[in-house]
Formats: sequence, C-alpha cells, structure tokens
Amino acid sequence: MTQLPESTDRKLGLVIDLDTCVGCHACVISCKEWNTGGYGAPLSDVDAYGEDPSGTFLNRVHTFEVKPADKPAMITHFPKSCLHCEDAPCVTVCPTGASFKRSEDGIVLVHEDWCIGCGLCAWACPYGAREKDPVEKVMKKCTLCVDRIYNENIPEEDRVPSCVRTCPAGARHFGDLGDADSDVSKLVAERGGFDLMPEQGTKPVNKYLPPRPKQQSLPDEAIDLVALAEPKAGGFLGWLDGALERLG
Amino acid sequence: MPPLDEPPLDRSPKVSDEVKCTTCYMCACRCGINVHVRDGLVRYIEGNKKHPVNKGVLCAKGSAGIMQHYSPARLMTPLKRVGPRGSGEFEPISWDEALRTAASWLRPIRETDPSKLAFFTGRDQSQSFTGMWAQAFGTPNYAAHGGFCSVNMAAAGIYTMGGAFWEFGSPDWERTKLFMIFGVAEDHDSNPIKMGLGRLKERGAKVVAVNPVRTGYNAIADEWVGVTPGTDGLFILSMIHELIRTGHVDLDYLLRYTNAPWLVIQDPGAPDDGMFARDNDGNPLVMNRHVSVVQKAKTGRKNAALQGEARLEDGRVAVPVFQLIAEKYLDGQYAPDAVAEKTGVDAATIRRLAAELAYTAFEEAIEIDQPWTDVYGERHETMTGRPVSFHAMRGISAHSNGFQTCRAIHVLQLLLGSVECPGGFRFKPPYPKPMEAHPKPHSGHKPNTALDGPHLGYARGPEDLMINEDGSPRRIDKAFSWDAPMSAHGLMHMVISNAAAKDPYPIDTLFLYMANMSWNSSMNTRGVMDMLEQREPDGEYTIPHIIYSDAYSSEMVAYADLVLPDTTYLERHDCISLLDRPICEADAAADAIRHPVVDPKTQGVGRDVKGFQSSLCDLGAMLGLPGFVNEDGSQKYADYADYIVNHERKPGIGPLAGWRGEDGESHGRGAPNPKQMERYIENGGFWIEHVPDEAAYYKFANQAYQDWAVKLGFFDAPQPYTMQLYVETLQKFRLAAEGHGERQPPEHLRARVAEAFDPLPIWYAPYEETRVDQAEYPLHAITQRPAAMYHSWGSQNAWLRQIHGRNPLYVPGEICDAHGLRDGDWAHVSSHHGRITVPVARMDAVNGKTLWTWNAIGKRAGAWALNENAPEARQGFLLNHLIHELLPEKGDGMRWLNSDPITGQAAWYDLRVKIEKADAPPAMTKPSFEAQKGPAPEGPSVISYGEEWKT
Repeated sequence: MTQLPESTDRKLGLVIDLDTCVGCHACVISCKEWNTGGYGAPLSDVDAYGEDPSGTFLNRVHTFEVKPADKPAMITHFPKSCLHCEDAPCVTVCPTGASFKRSEDGIVLVHEDWCIGCGLCAWACPYGAREKDPVEKVMKKCTLCVDRIYNENIPEEDRVPSCVRTCPAGARHFGDLGDADSDVSKLVAERGGFDLMPEQGTKPVNKYLPPRPKQQSLPDEAIDLVALAEPKAGGFLGWLDGALERLG
Repeated sequence: MPPLDEPPLDRSPKVSDEVKCTTCYMCACRCGINVHVRDGLVRYIEGNKKHPVNKGVLCAKGSAGIMQHYSPARLMTPLKRVGPRGSGEFEPISWDEALRTAASWLRPIRETDPSKLAFFTGRDQSQSFTGMWAQAFGTPNYAAHGGFCSVNMAAAGIYTMGGAFWEFGSPDWERTKLFMIFGVAEDHDSNPIKMGLGRLKERGAKVVAVNPVRTGYNAIADEWVGVTPGTDGLFILSMIHELIRTGHVDLDYLLRYTNAPWLVIQDPGAPDDGMFARDNDGNPLVMNRHVSVVQKAKTGRKNAALQGEARLEDGRVAVPVFQLIAEKYLDGQYAPDAVAEKTGVDAATIRRLAAELAYTAFEEAIEIDQPWTDVYGERHETMTGRPVSFHAMRGISAHSNGFQTCRAIHVLQLLLGSVECPGGFRFKPPYPKPMEAHPKPHSGHKPNTALDGPHLGYARGPEDLMINEDGSPRRIDKAFSWDAPMSAHGLMHMVISNAAAKDPYPIDTLFLYMANMSWNSSMNTRGVMDMLEQREPDGEYTIPHIIYSDAYSSEMVAYADLVLPDTTYLERHDCISLLDRPICEADAAADAIRHPVVDPKTQGVGRDVKGFQSSLCDLGAMLGLPGFVNEDGSQKYADYADYIVNHERKPGIGPLAGWRGEDGESHGRGAPNPKQMERYIENGGFWIEHVPDEAAYYKFANQAYQDWAVKLGFFDAPQPYTMQLYVETLQKFRLAAEGHGERQPPEHLRARVAEAFDPLPIWYAPYEETRVDQAEYPLHAITQRPAAMYHSWGSQNAWLRQIHGRNPLYVPGEICDAHGLRDGDWAHVSSHHGRITVPVARMDAVNGKTLWTWNAIGKRAGAWALNENAPEARQGFLLNHLIHELLPEKGDGMRWLNSDPITGQAAWYDLRVKIEKADAPPAMTKPSFEAQKGPAPEGPSVISYGEEWKT
C-alpha cells in the first residue's frame, strides 16, 4: 500500500469542454508523440503495421451516440485520461510506491523504476485511465506532461500539457483547480463543470464542462418575425417599392 | 514497505537540439509547425504559434507526422518495373537511369505530338510550378485533382463573387453571430474551422450544421439539419424564397455591389436574349427608378430600379436581374412546403432558419467605426455588417447539381449583404479576384513548342471551349468540351478511362504525381486497374508508359513502369505561393515555405530520394524546355529551391512575396533575393503582411484594398468587381444550346446544357437518381472525411491507423430494423454498377435515407507496407466500387459523365444504392483483390519510438 499525501500544495488538472470537443483526436496523438519520447519508457505500438495494431495511449477519445427522447440523435465525444484524483485508489493499491501522488502539485505519476507491472492500479482505477505498456511491462498513464510544465528548456508559454497546447477547438484547459481564483476554477464555476463518476469517491481533479445551452438566434419576442414581415398589400413588389423609397 | 519519500523527478529534461519551423503536409491545410530535432531524428512536432493558419494548434494528423516521416511505406530509391503492371515487382535503379529513361520517353513525344503526354498531379501544392513545366513541355493535358475534389465550389465562387471558401475566404470569426456550415465533416479548412467553432461557441454565436451525418463539427453545432444528399440546393433556394417573400434582402448592398439592377435583354429567340443590355462601349446598363432613363451601371446603380421594364434604344425590352430573381424564387416550387419531403427538412424549420438569417442580418446588424472609400469615390464613415456567415465544401459540391448549389449559397449570402462585410464572409488576399482577372483555358500545341498559354482557366463562353473544328475535345480529359464547358480544374478522374478508350485520342505516356488513381481517387476502381493493365492486340499496353512519383508505396505505385521517389514533407523545399493556393487570412497576405529539417540521406539506410519538383527541374533541362535552360543550354534551376528563390513569373513577381529585392527589404514586388529562403527560415517559415484597417472589408469595392493589392503585386491594376448574381457566361452557353452561334453542343447534350446552364441558380435532381430505378435503389451512400486521416496518406501511419484502421458502413436505425441488421452483421450494398459486402454499424444521428462510411480507409492488401491481413484490407472498404465514371445509359445509347455538367466535378455523392443482409458473412470485405507485392516491405512489428531518449 502506498500513502497519498494528506494534502497537496496545488491541484493541477485539466478542464475538458464537451461543448466544443469535435472528437478530432488531436490531443490523443499530440500526447502520444510528446510522451513516447518523454517521461519514462516509450509508448510502444505492437503489430504496428499488422493485423491487429495496438499501442499504448495516455489519452483516448470515446465517441457515443445519444438519443434524447424529444430531439434528434446526437454524437458526443468524450476525451479521457487520468483525472489525478485526490483520493486516488490507484495509488493506495500500489505495493511498491511506484504509483504516487505528488504533494507539490497533486499529479499522479508512476515511477517506472519501481513499477513491477502487477496491474493492481489499473484494476483499482474506476475510469480505466491506465494502460500497461506491452513492451516495457510498466504502467503508463497521463503525467500531465510533468516534463513540460516546469521545463526550462521550453518557452514559458508552452509549459502546459501537450494536449492543451494542441487542441484546435480550445476544448482543453490546464491549471490549478485548488485555487478558486485560477482561470480554470472560474471556468468550472461559470460553466457548471462536473466530476466524472463522483459516486466513486475518488474526488477527481480534472473536470468536464457540459455542453452549453443551445443557441437560439431569434429572441422569444421576435419569433413571429416571418409573420410580422409578411408582405403587405401589393405583395413582394409592393414591398420592394416601399423599401427602395426608403433608400431615397 | 514502500519508501516514504517521493521518487526523484527531472523537471527540465532536454527536449531537442534544435527547433525548425516549416509547413505541415499531413493534409492540405498547410499549418505552420515547429519540428523539434534531436540526434538528427524528429523528436516532436507542434503547431507554430505565430503562424497565420493554425496559430499554434495542430490536429491529430499533424502530430502524427513523425510516423509519416519514418513510415515503412516510404519509397527509398528510383524503381523500374520488372513484373507485369500491377504486380508491384520492381528493381531499384539509379537516379541517372531513372531520369534518362523518363527523358527517352518524353523527348520523342515533344518532338512529334506533345499531346501524347498526359501530366496530372494529385494533391500537389506546387501547381503553379507543375503547370509551368507542362506548359513549357507543350502538352495540353495537364491538371491537378480539383476536378474530383471541389471545383464546383471554387468555380461557382469565382464566377459569382470572385472567390469561394477555404483558401479564398472565411467567416468573420470574431464578429459573426450566426454561422451555417454545409456539407463539411472534417474538411478543409481543418484547424481554422475547429478554432473558429471554439471561438464562436465562446462568444455565444449560433452554429447551424447542414449535413446528412452528425459527426465532427456537426456534432457540436447548436442545430443540426440532416439534409438528404443532393438536395442542399433546394433547401437553400427555399430559404431564398422565404427571404424574398418576406422582404429580407439588403437592397442597398444589392444596388451598390451586385448586378441586381443590371438590365437583362428580354427577347426570346434572339441571339442575345438573356444577355446584359450594354452600351456601345460594353458597359452594362441599369434603369433609373426615379426618372425613365437608362444609364451606365457604374454611375446609375444607386438610383437604379430593381423591377420594371426598360425600353432599350433599339426598342427592345430589358428587366433588372433582381426582377428575374424575385420572379424565379417566389415561385411555389421553392416554397418550404413544396421542398420539405425532397430535402428531408420540414417546412417549419426552413421558415425558421430563413427568419433567423434575416433577424441576425438585419436586426442584429453591426456597425464598425472605420471610414473607407469605395472604388466609385464615395467615402463611408462606417462599415455596416450583416453578421451571418457560411462555409461549405465537398458535401454540396460533389454532386452533379453541385455548381448550381454552390452558386445558390453564394447568391444567398449576397442577398443578405453578408459578403465582405463585418460579421459576414471575408475574402483572403489575393481574393476576391473576378473571373475576368483569371486566364482563359489554352490548348494550342505543336511539336517542340510550349503551349500557347496556361492550361486551366475560366471560360467566358463557347468561344473559349477547347474543341476542334469538328467539336471533338482537344484535351484527353475532355475538359472545356461540351461535356464540361467550365471545367476550371480539369477532369483528372476521366484521364485513365479516356486514355484506355483512346477517346478522344491515344496517349503515349501517363505521368502522375501524388494521386492514388488505381484506388481511392478513382471511380470504378476495378475498372481503372484493368485499364492500366489493358493491352493492345500486339501485346503492348494501351497506355504504353506510366511514370509515377510518390513518397509512399501507395496502390498506384504498382501500376507504374518508372517510379520517381519523392521526399517526405520534412525533407523538402516547397513554396506555399501567392501564385498558387496561398495561406492568406482575411486580414493578411501570407505565404510560406517548406525546407528540409532533416537530410533524406540520414533518414534511412540506402535512402536516395528527391523532391519531385527538383526532378522536374532536371527533366526540364534534359528536354531543353523553355524556362528550364539557360541561353547556353545549361540547366537553369539546380533544384526546386533554386526555382523558388530565382524564378520570376513576371518582372518583380516570384513564387515567394516576402523579402524580395537585392537588399531583401521589398515585399510583394521586387527582384529575386538570393538570401530569401534564409529570411523565411529566420521568420519561422512564413511571411505575412497585414491588410490596412481601411481596406479590411468590402475588398472588391474598397479603393484602399485595391491600391494595396496592386502595390503587393496581386494585380497590375485595380480589379474592382461587381458581384454576379446573374452569370452571363452561363447564358452564353445556354444560348448556344438554343441554337445560336457557331459553336453549339452536340445533339445529345443540347437539352442538358439548356437546362443546367441557367444564369440564376437552380436545383435539379442529381443525375444518377434520374437514370436508375429509385424503387430499386432507394438509398443514398456517401463518405465523410475523418478528422484523423487524410485520404489514403494516413493508412501507413502506425498511430493514425489505430484510430481509423477499419470502416463499417453506418446504417440508419430504421433501415437496420427493416433489414434485420445488427452491429457486426455484414451487408451487401449494390448500385447500378457494382456490389460490395461490408460490415455494418447502426447509427441514428444520420439522415434516414443515407448510408455512410469514412473516406479512403480501405486499402488494397499488400500496399502501404501493411500486412496482407491488415484490417484496412479485410474490414475496410471503398464505396468507389459502386460508383462508375459514366451514368447508366437511358434509352439514347449515350452514357453521360457522372459529373457536374458545367464544371465536370466528379459526382461522388450522387450514388444510389440498396442494402441486403449478408447471411453468410465473408472473411473480408468484397470485392477483394490479389495482394500487391510491394515495393515497400511490411513494416516492423514493434515500434518503441523515442526509446533512445528514455529518461
């Protein structure tokens, strides 16, 4: 059993906007390319050009079809990676201390040198956010790009997770969710950000923003616009004459 | 016991040795990228934050560039075919032998009949260069892939308003309040649209998506309109009906900036019926609405009438364009109730959407405090904006009624006054560029001589057709013939079938670049393979020589006799040129380069590849082509980079606009600067020049913009332009069909030309459904482009193929229920032309009459360095097997092209099918083909990319 820190100085995490995620997988691949050459072992791909290619990814996008009773069916895209839970069961279950939560920023990491690949953490994670690399036989998971966010070898403005930097639709945000005044905390408050599966009691740090209410161009009072604008006597050409007169 | 201390962490590990800025080529959007290079290998690719196209973001394709660059499917050396065509059996040869072989085939062609060379390039981003080479060679047979992509959109835009979407212009993302997107899954402009949608949602603007399938952009729209394929035009014209019926058109805009007031001659039977009334100098005329006088449009437009009959000097009657528009679209056939069933959009929705457009355009109009002066000399204190905007792409254009549908969407924008205004649709320099500023097509050829002008252009009327005295086509693809009179991008999809049929004539050499014509880029894929293998009675191939250049072992490579291996996009020079398809933004002119961020020789054992354009520099010199040799006969351009920097299209104008002049301080115009490439590299791979504030909107009629465009060299003189609601060129073709003039369509096409070339947008049923029994083929079948895969290029990409490695056919729930289909079942899908057997998946977020699948995921076994049993080959498939390049015969013995009758655009999405459950699922999708043998061997089993940098 590995202990969780009693508290963390910050709660770094992601805020993912389901209103603008178009399911393009930009975050998935950007994550893969950064992390395969970054923290820990590469993210391997097995049978890469073969019959059943299968690789390690720290972030995946799931697509669902939803059929509301009163509206047309819709597609929802749901990116999912480690949520860096405050009460992370993947940490407490680890027999070696390899799976741990950083007291400084709350990032849940795997120290691969200590990982024995037993897989208990993956079983414990209710979100299915960990993948054991088939070649290295160590557990891989989102590091929140811990090798980017403090990295003095890259420009300060780029010290964010690779998925956040690349997201074309602006659907991914990074920051300290422990600070109520941070941009991400404000965004969560404004948009009604929610926890994934709160009933699991894991207290995920990452938040999801629900789809915004659908926009309606016509205000309620103008809903009769067409009726109001019905051509008066003289039909369309009568309207045209009047309208041109107003032009002078 | 686990240790109590946290494990150590290196907070600042090394990332790379250097960062090189170049341009992405993982699709056609041409985003700026920063390539991190470490130990001579590509460590990481990210978006360039300063770049005008993507501003730092990058899509899945772009981020997967590492796997593309190191793909096992890369071709490594020039190849000579040693087995039969199609087998994939090759022998490596030297570049010297490869180029000498090519020259030995091409030289006699040029010396005898240059039209025996058909040179077509696919997803080529160097068309101003490849076109120049073809022109210098002298063959009339050159085009790129626009004919099977989106020429309807491009051509309808140019003829109507001097440009279309994507490269031509974009919504005013910062100001628009209502955005309608038609027929776009994840198409161009990939990242800018995603960025724009994110921004619109942040701003609270409404997004309406019109598409039969609710994926991608359509999934996040505020409203989805699941239109039936091929009926978008009817839906748009019905909204126009509503806008006119309720008086919601921008009359001031129409009078000032469009040909709405221009007078049209009403003299049925006369050779100029339907043409604009003009004075003796050719100026179009308008009728003053206050006093009974006919005036030049230029001076009389603001006070012109929009209805009523004018009496011309010769006593004939003419009426304003706008009257014809009102009469046409007020007709009951366009009423929402009349179109609801056909379009699949209920009448109340059409009425409401028209009302929303009207409300947003007129009640929510915006005003910008920016004075400007129009090209007529009038100063305006503010800029008025109609904050509605549109974007559309292949979903509406890849139909046989696509040109007119694209015209309809442009006319809709113009009626709302939302083109080039704040909040509306904005052009990107060097657009708008009216049809008159584009060349006409040319095909005049003779031995040892350059062509008499550019191949492709905008026909002004039947006089510009590329046909012989007897009416026969002059081009192998029959572009600019009566089959497709305004085919501004050519008809690449017809080249192989015409060459195999020797119709209009046989060719000797087919020279292709980056076009997978034996697979996903052709209709009737099986048939095309047979045509490429077809032999004459003497045993020779009907197409005697095929030269192909590609970077990868695509399905087409196996059909080449000679393969010129291209570089990957990280090993090459390129220019994203203003002479070609630039990367400008509405607020800026911009162009860009690619430069080698790694040396090809270090990127694989035995790798000996060369940028295709550099090969053309060599070949051009070997053949002595004008423009490719110096006066002493020596090679003019050592390679493509030399051309990019030193070529002048005309004095002071070259492929790149930035840092010109000997001192490198001129922009737009200026002498070649030998240090130009270095300046681009220093600046992050691109050049940008901002549009002055005063010139930001109304560019087509804005004096400050016109002057700026001349200064930068887009034009030599201002090109102010009147938007063409009514296109006279179309009427010229229609008059020919009605029996006027020397050049008239052949009898079998006469009625079709008369109907389709309406000078105002119309809707007619897509051709295929008029030629098949709709009861037998009741369903539509279409493809959507996935966000994470670009055509066939991504299939060898180890990361992207894990996202899209197989493609089911998505079937609407009700159809599944009717046929007893469940997820995982297989079905036979048949068209008039063929049958495929494929796995199905149920889906409800789709138009109820439409089956669909992802585009170009299916692969031929053995291609792309994939295992023969790859899911792309066994569970992937193409709809192409169901689509024929010709329509079924209908009683007259003639088979029309399965293309738009105006532009020749391939009508991919006209396909009609039926579906049946396959009771005995096959082991793999049908049809299946014998595996190709290469030339690239299957890639490695395990990839652990980045292992050497493990920390």
